[in-house]
Amino acid sequence: MKLYCLSGHPTLPCNVLKFKSTTIMLDCGLDTTSALYYLPLPLVHSPRLSKLPGWVSKDGTVNLEKELKECAGRVFVDSQPEFCLPERELLDLSTVDVILISNYHCMMALPYITEHTGFSGTVYATEPTFQIGRLLMEELVTFMERVPKAQSATCWKTKEIQRRMLPGPLKDAVDVWSWRTCYSMQEVNSALSRVQLVGYWQKVELFGAVQVTPLSSGYSLGSSNWIIQSHFEKVSYVSGSSLLTTHPQPMDQSSLKNSDVLILTGLTQIPTANPDGMLGEFCSNLAMTIRAGGNVLVPCYSSGVIYDLLECLYQFMDSANLGTTPFYFISPVANSSLEFSQIFAEWLCQNKQSKVYLPEPPFPHAELIQTNRLKHYTSIHGEFSSEFRQPCVVFTGHPSLRFGDVVHFLELWGKSSLNTIIFTEPDFSYLDALAPYQPLAMKCVYCPIDTRLNFHQVAKLLKEVQPLHVVCPEQYTQPPPAQSHRSDLMLELQPPPVAYRRCSVLGLPFRRRHERIQLLPEVLMNYK
Amino acid sequence: MPDIKVTPLGAGQDVGRSCILVSIGGKNIMLDCGMHMGYNDDRRFPDFSYITQNGRLTDYLDCVIISHFHLDHCGALPYMSEMVGYDGPIYMTHPTKAICPILLEDFRKITVDKKGETNFFTSQMIKDCMKKVVPLNLHQTVQVDDELEIKAYYAGHVLGAAMVQIKVGSESVVYTGDYNMTPDRHLGAAWIDKCRPDILITESTYATTIRDSKRCRERDFLKKVHESIERGGKVLIPVFALGRAQELCILLETFWERMNLKAPIYFSTGLTEKANHYYKLFITWTNQKIRKTFVQRNMFEFKHIKAFDRSYADNPGPMVVFATPGMLHAGQSLQIFKKWAGNEKNMVIMPGYCVQGTVGHKILNGQKKLEMEGRATLEVKLQVEYMSFSAHADAKGIMQLIRMAEPHNILLVHGEAKKMAFLKDKIEQEFNISCYMPANGETTTVTTNPSVPVDISLNLLKREMALGGPLPDPKRPRTMHGTLIMKDNSLRLVSPEQALKELGLSEHQLRFTCRVHLQDPHSDTDTLSRIYSHLKSVLKGYAVQHLPDSTVMVESIVLKVSSSAEEPDLKVVLLSWCFQDEELGSFLSTLLKKGLPSAL
Repeated sequence: MKLYCLSGHPTLPCNVLKFKSTTIMLDCGLDTTSALYYLPLPLVHSPRLSKLPGWVSKDGTVNLEKELKECAGRVFVDSQPEFCLPERELLDLSTVDVILISNYHCMMALPYITEHTGFSGTVYATEPTFQIGRLLMEELVTFMERVPKAQSATCWKTKEIQRRMLPGPLKDAVDVWSWRTCYSMQEVNSALSRVQLVGYWQKVELFGAVQVTPLSSGYSLGSSNWIIQSHFEKVSYVSGSSLLTTHPQPMDQSSLKNSDVLILTGLTQIPTANPDGMLGEFCSNLAMTIRAGGNVLVPCYSSGVIYDLLECLYQFMDSANLGTTPFYFISPVANSSLEFSQIFAEWLCQNKQSKVYLPEPPFPHAELIQTNRLKHYTSIHGEFSSEFRQPCVVFTGHPSLRFGDVVHFLELWGKSSLNTIIFTEPDFSYLDALAPYQPLAMKCVYCPIDTRLNFHQVAKLLKEVQPLHVVCPEQYTQPPPAQSHRSDLMLELQPPPVAYRRCSVLGLPFRRRHERIQLLPEVLMNYK
Repeated sequence: MPDIKVTPLGAGQDVGRSCILVSIGGKNIMLDCGMHMGYNDDRRFPDFSYITQNGRLTDYLDCVIISHFHLDHCGALPYMSEMVGYDGPIYMTHPTKAICPILLEDFRKITVDKKGETNFFTSQMIKDCMKKVVPLNLHQTVQVDDELEIKAYYAGHVLGAAMVQIKVGSESVVYTGDYNMTPDRHLGAAWIDKCRPDILITESTYATTIRDSKRCRERDFLKKVHESIERGGKVLIPVFALGRAQELCILLETFWERMNLKAPIYFSTGLTEKANHYYKLFITWTNQKIRKTFVQRNMFEFKHIKAFDRSYADNPGPMVVFATPGMLHAGQSLQIFKKWAGNEKNMVIMPGYCVQGTVGHKILNGQKKLEMEGRATLEVKLQVEYMSFSAHADAKGIMQLIRMAEPHNILLVHGEAKKMAFLKDKIEQEFNISCYMPANGETTTVTTNPSVPVDISLNLLKREMALGGPLPDPKRPRTMHGTLIMKDNSLRLVSPEQALKELGLSEHQLRFTCRVHLQDPHSDTDTLSRIYSHLKSVLKGYAVQHLPDSTVMVESIVLKVSSSAEEPDLKVVLLSWCFQDEELGSFLSTLLKKGLPSAL
């Protein structure tokens, strides 16, 4: 049994498991942090961004003024943003039999894997994962295609230039040659046509050799961990899981028991922040800004934590006497995301589930929409521009601040210290995200809400389910670089976990000894 | 041999009070627990005393499964669980769990509040009963206990309807509940994988019908409604609040929109809006088209259909009214029917099956005078139309499902005896498998032939595979050698050497010896040489050796030649082989018995 590790990002994994002659890909996350090296794509012409000076090396020998621009003391690439893909050279992707998806954030690289690679297998995902994943891909494509950029910059990637000449942080970017621009809607549709829907605890037989089963993981709508087993061996794949009571169905822990190998990915990215505390801070900062007459900008993904934020605000705003403040949710898929969230009752936690028996919509944002307190728009153009009132709260993407409608709001509100931007998504460093907008008068508040397992919870979980071996990204085997003294922010296990990094190939430490066969009853009758 | 027993307590050669008991692998399961619309006495509910005469059912049942929310499938549930007594798990899908208590409460109200019956289940009992419900998701494998597992499949028919697979070890039964094999305006078609159950228990409501195309039926329906409206008549469509009602509402809504009609359409009882809410929240259970477009346009938000008030029935002018219940056996639909029955301009359209004993059944059979309570008679002058919109599979659909699931046996329920018998013949002819149709209380026993799972050591498996060449040929049977060890309730197949080691036994050798007489006028040594060359030429690819101690060895088989002084030409060939080489040994003895070819 072998594990090929195609991604080094611990929360956007992409691993391939070879087990009993089947080749199973576990997730295919797309690392979009690479977009931070690029200039923002403004929706409306920005004189500031269009007049940036080009970059020329100090000695004047290298002139890349067409590709690189200096902005707020940093150098950015002026081109369509590119994303860091899972490794595509380590193994022949056409040999992958199935892809198991654990949640909608971990499938964003799917079109890069299934299209133009000869892949001919099946992708398994739950219905919410599939539907919301489709929305997020659609949104990404729309963000890109709405503001086409003719230029695709490649000269800066030349090794001699990038490594030797460019200033940081651009010079430290890795694997830049494997970065790719966004896929097209046609590729998304083709990739998604390979998805086969599964339900939690549905046993799926692969070629009669292996059985795979998705389990509820508690992190997002339809998010799952996977059991991959034969009659005698069991591998558990734990990806983004949560033990907090937010909207999804609670995590199934007991089914992970007795694993020979447990592959552990997707722990919290902000182990020091407590999500409940962050939520409180989010509300109080929001109220303070609104009371002072300022606007609040919340850069976020179009599904996930936003549902919890809206629910929290639904109660909070009335108690804070701010009941009349409008919320705007702006995204090409805002309406769909809100509508879809209401129809997946079976995938929600108990108390939301029981609401549909009444019958009432499970999320209170239905009421916010009905009473006109929450309005959704596909973009800042059109109705929104004539209808919006200030002060207000705007939820919009993309959280990288490099594309999507959020770019416009930063240009619009950035100059006033009355306004506040509140970061809730943990995927991007907020300082890097804000870099091209500096200097900024707007207040910045960092309240990352990451509900995924922390090290304390995972230690308890592993003690409970007792896997023989644990495999995890190498980042989990040492404290975070910025907090090297915090030995509580790493996995300490006996035996120690097997660590992987991008491009690792691990031989997993167990041997198969038995196989199950079926005897016809006639054969047994002879021995009576 | 193990067997599976199936006993219908209801729906055996009948439609109504579906309730089927299954015993499989030592587990007892109750499938559905319905009421009968045609009776108002004890026969209304299944006869649970069949299970036990005294006391509660909990000890006798491992679980209860409800296929969908129609009362003939769940109407006896609170009676069974709260009045007879059952505390085990009751499984149903989420939509069924949501809607079933509302229909039960409706049923209770009509029976107790309107008809004044006592000794009936109460609202609290419905609530207590629903607390025992465990929701079931499609395709999820639910482990009821260590051995019994169940799995639900989509059945169409009504929102949340499911077929269930029940499995213990390698034995399994599939129960279809009610299902529909053709997608309609709001639901998808039933689907099941090739799960090859030992028994498929299928409904057979439309066992003899092959329905014409749905489009024709819809056109007919719309034409009749339209004509009646045009001449100023009132149209009554008795329906159950959920199910066909939504289907026909969608149909009329689009027709009214297209034809720009103004006559009002009403939907009786306050349930409408609530019902439509359920459809909106459970949109994942509807058909693909509705699911795809629900964000842009929700099909369950009706513009032309309004809530009905009792006083509207006397309004002048044309109107269309959907009223519950669907078989005209009680409630609002019956009240309106009584009001409108005397006018020949009016029309009643029965869109579904009517159980014997109901007013619906009577008027469909052409009865023109009805006896009502209090000896009054009601003359039926209005037009009576029947249009099959119930979402049951027709004969073609049933055959299609059989082809999908490939069962070893079929058992028919939920149909009329005569029609069942016809379908039974047809199934037995076409699929050449046994088909049963037990009456209520009659037990069908089916013997199964489950295979036995055995753990084989991977070493042995690989070694035996390698003997047959590099790749296994799946089309050819092959003998494989191993020792079966039965220990601690498990079966293992291991190599003989390992078995000996494990059991602490020493190996005994079993040898066969035989003498073959040959007429061969040569010396003993020459005969041996002749045998050697003969075998060498016949047994290509085997190790044949001529040893210096006057023996010939073929693999491990020893051959010696001797003769007596009296008859030097009669050679005695001595063959000796061990049990493992039995095949080769007996081949050699037969070969030598034929004599040596003279050409040698």
